[in-house]
Amino acid sequence: MPARINASFQIQFTGFQLNAELDLPAKGVTTLFGPSGSGKSTILRCIAGLERSDSGYLQVGDEVWQDEKQNIFLETHKRSLGYVFQEPRLFSHLTVKKNLEYGLKRTPISERIIDWDQVIALLAIEHLLERKPHHLSLGEQQRVAIGRALLASPKLLLMDEPLASLDIARKREVLPFIRKLHDEVDIPVVYVSHSLQEVLQITDNLVLVKEGKTVASGSLTELCSELELSQYLGDMSGSVLETIVAAHEDEFSLTRLAFEGGHLYVPQQSGEVGRSLRVHVLARNIGIALEKPPVTSMLNIIPATVVEVSISNIEKHAVQIKLDVGVPLLACISRKSLHVLRLKPGLPCYALIKAVSFAQEMVEV
Amino acid sequence: MDLSPVWLTLQLAGVTTIILLVICTPLAWWLANSQSRWAAIIEAVVALPLVLPPTVLGFYLLLALGANGVIGGPWSDLTGSALTFTFSGLVIASVIYSLPFVVQPLQNAFVSVGKKPLEVAWCLGASRLDAFTTVIIPLSLRGYITAAVLGFTHTMGEFGVVLMVGGSIPSETQVLSIAIYERVEMLDYSTAHKLSAGLLIFTFIVLLIVYSINRKAPQNAS
Repeated sequence: MPARINASFQIQFTGFQLNAELDLPAKGVTTLFGPSGSGKSTILRCIAGLERSDSGYLQVGDEVWQDEKQNIFLETHKRSLGYVFQEPRLFSHLTVKKNLEYGLKRTPISERIIDWDQVIALLAIEHLLERKPHHLSLGEQQRVAIGRALLASPKLLLMDEPLASLDIARKREVLPFIRKLHDEVDIPVVYVSHSLQEVLQITDNLVLVKEGKTVASGSLTELCSELELSQYLGDMSGSVLETIVAAHEDEFSLTRLAFEGGHLYVPQQSGEVGRSLRVHVLARNIGIALEKPPVTSMLNIIPATVVEVSISNIEKHAVQIKLDVGVPLLACISRKSLHVLRLKPGLPCYALIKAVSFAQEMVEV
Repeated sequence: MDLSPVWLTLQLAGVTTIILLVICTPLAWWLANSQSRWAAIIEAVVALPLVLPPTVLGFYLLLALGANGVIGGPWSDLTGSALTFTFSGLVIASVIYSLPFVVQPLQNAFVSVGKKPLEVAWCLGASRLDAFTTVIIPLSLRGYITAAVLGFTHTMGEFGVVLMVGGSIPSETQVLSIAIYERVEMLDYSTAHKLSAGLLIFTFIVLLIVYSINRKAPQNAS
């Protein structure tokens, strides 16, 4: 059975109560997702042992880090973890090199699994080594902070909105490194974010945090198509499709993507056939037809079955429909359309996909 | 000219400063981070020497350090001699007298560095003591320099407390400020001049060096 992270934290603050239950795979990137002030960072601090809950429990793989019932509480420095904070928090009295070595020197040689040269190359910080932190841009500082955390060879990497203190340009600079990290270094990451775009780019698993409680958790694709969650995401609700580049149609400048539900034509994407590509389809960009339109300009018409109809309390004119196209797909249509189409669970229909998005930018299809 | 008061003063200020830095580091750290209601009380007690007339402090120290006092009693049981009118007595008195001048700059430095660098160090595997010595102390360097200089120079300049507790025994308790006072009383203005000017120039040079270093020391928590 693969290693997991199990945790349970309850803390009472003045005016705020944290009640978190986690059961995550100790692999890949798990994002704690929720609005600001929902308690995501506090959960991370609990995992690190920077906050202590009276009745807490935390197990990472086969190591118990906290079990208040047995009075076990491992101090932070005895936990094999890396922590990247919102601000870089480099030690201002040390050079970049000395900052990077701080955790490394305190890791026994037998436990070092991260290669110095690999980290320096991964984060592109070779030219910064001899400088003091205040001579670095914020984006560079944050890359160094990530490197410093990695070099301590942690069994778990915690990242608390590491992009939050950066402007958009710096975000674009640092995000690719975090994504690469995922591919190159086999350390489970618990990531805190309130940005859907970030989540879509790096996450494997999602934990929803709301008002101090963990309300749902699962894989990104699973969770995104839950109607309950879609209301919570508002305008950004939609489905995530894991696709593979199936073919390029150069004469039309199109790329055909294959996914479990069939095929999807999108404007030409870079990357060879076989490359995996994560696609976000917003619910409001999907239309529904009861019969296959005989002649149409729409490229993406996919047979579907209605699974669930949900009438939103927030938007009076719109309804959310969960479709099954092999994978779950969320659509948002007007209440009048629902009335005309008489959609109900089990009804076969067609999903018309008007637009999809990759990472940052939206593309019309 | 008898230079023993100069030597004695430097010795007293040096020893006092070292003791103060050792005692004040944990005390200032506790004051900077404590949420306890005791913190305000301790803070007020520490600040007392700033505002009390030295003679008041000196009077109580004289009682405390005497052969029947709370400190002097056990001391004389242990060593066979009293603390009043001795160098050791002067050191104890100076430590108490100069305490706020060392505690306060350190406390301010610790507050401005904050707990964040400490958390980072813990997460990187540094134990509490390790993190404190490798991160907090270097980041509080300006505070330490200020504290050491204020502690040193303030001890050099003390008069009232020394007079009450130590008297004026040459080579034992006759420090510079007392020696100058005695020369003036004896109308020996030329020696008083030499000693006073020497103290003035020395203090100025120390302060000049310190402020020059301070300008180059790393900024706190930036």
